[in-house]
Amino acid sequence: MRNDSIFKTLFVALTVCIICSVVVSTTAVLLKPTQDEQKAIYEKKNILLAAGIVTADEMPADSEIDGLFENNVEEQLIEFATGESVPADKIDPATFDARKAAKDATLGEQIPAEADVAKIRRMAKYSKVYLKKTDGKLDRIVLPVYGKGLWSTMYGFLALDADGKTVRSISFYEDGETPGLGGEINNPNWQEKWIGKLAFNEQGEPSLEVIKGNVTDSTPNAQYKVDGISGATITARGVGDMIKFWLGDQGYGPYLDKLRAGGKLREGGQS
Amino acid sequence: MSKAAKDAFFDPIFNNNPIALQVLGICSALAVTTKLDTTVTMCIAVLFVLVGSNVSIALMRSQIPNSIRMIVQMTVIASLVIIVDEVLKAYAFEISKQISVFVGLIITNCIIMGRAEAYAMKNPVGLSALDGMGNVVGYSVVLLFVGFFRELFGMGTLLGFQVFTLTREGGWFPANGLMPLSPSAFILIGLFIWALRVWKPDQVEHEA
Repeated sequence: MRNDSIFKTLFVALTVCIICSVVVSTTAVLLKPTQDEQKAIYEKKNILLAAGIVTADEMPADSEIDGLFENNVEEQLIEFATGESVPADKIDPATFDARKAAKDATLGEQIPAEADVAKIRRMAKYSKVYLKKTDGKLDRIVLPVYGKGLWSTMYGFLALDADGKTVRSISFYEDGETPGLGGEINNPNWQEKWIGKLAFNEQGEPSLEVIKGNVTDSTPNAQYKVDGISGATITARGVGDMIKFWLGDQGYGPYLDKLRAGGKLREGGQS
Repeated sequence: MSKAAKDAFFDPIFNNNPIALQVLGICSALAVTTKLDTTVTMCIAVLFVLVGSNVSIALMRSQIPNSIRMIVQMTVIASLVIIVDEVLKAYAFEISKQISVFVGLIITNCIIMGRAEAYAMKNPVGLSALDGMGNVVGYSVVLLFVGFFRELFGMGTLLGFQVFTLTREGGWFPANGLMPLSPSAFILIGLFIWALRVWKPDQVEHEA
């Protein structure tokens, strides 16, 4: 039969499509469990890092991550508006996905433009927070944060001390900023500069900012300021804005207030 | 090895390099070469896709109707690319996070379709496989060259290990802010082509 007959053309097209779709879908289905596992481990690794339980230089094997997470971290689902934790029978924390929830009509909401300093437009009404406890006492609070940089949305964790205001770590697990420039938000040396800074001022307002140039001892209010990154002004400003947003009334503000009022936080700062 | 087989494999490396002479596949050469680990992953991904597509197209070559041959090639290539992306997500999760977008773009990498159309449609399976490998080696040589200098001069590291201590960490090496940006890849590819044409002057185009 001639290759260019109508029947042959349709036959080849159909056969190729069927073979390709079978191969592609088989691969996707077979690999799905491994992919989900990898994703979960990756997220837990980043929470453990933020909680200070592991360090990037001495990352334990993937098989140990689950155990470490179970033993050291308490996962809690909270509602932003009230700051209360959400009972598991209302929303199951195991299946809650903040990114899907943000797009959802009932679980997510539009952020008013004037309040949207992190430029994320929509957010979930709920969020997971992670509490690290040592001997039953609260030690660190790990808060998921995200916001827009220059090119991409940057996802990360901000860890606060048990006093609810001293920064203990900041880290990012997903961003699409330029490596070497904006990508320097992942540089441990820059992230170190956040440690010990105060996230709230005396009046309890979010006060951290990223400034141009270096913060020195003589900079006024140095405890609230972090060095910018040269060549990455917009990315660094994005990080500052996202912290301001998530610690404000739209974000974890009410939750942290509740913790404070309930006497769950250590009084006074250490800095 | 027969002469034809040798030519199929070795020609694309320096004599008929897909990037340096044909100037194909430049887009990914800019995008994934900021660091060596992503560069290496990309080369392996392209190896799988190009050899896979050349072999499958060569197998079907006598059956493919001329009128839909490009669509058939595209379908095969796209399927292979999805497979690579899925495998990376499962077994190299952290690298796949960085280059997933560009892996998807292998579909549009002109080298792949160029080889399917120019070579695999006319040659037997074995030779097509060798041609695919040769082209990937040629592609990888350029990519690794670019990735090596971009990572070394842009960040002072190689495969993530600190080679030069940066000034911002108290060392002597000021990181070059141009290197992590795409234009530096153009400059490096340009230098590579220059060096290659000094070595092999017959590749220089003559003005008509």
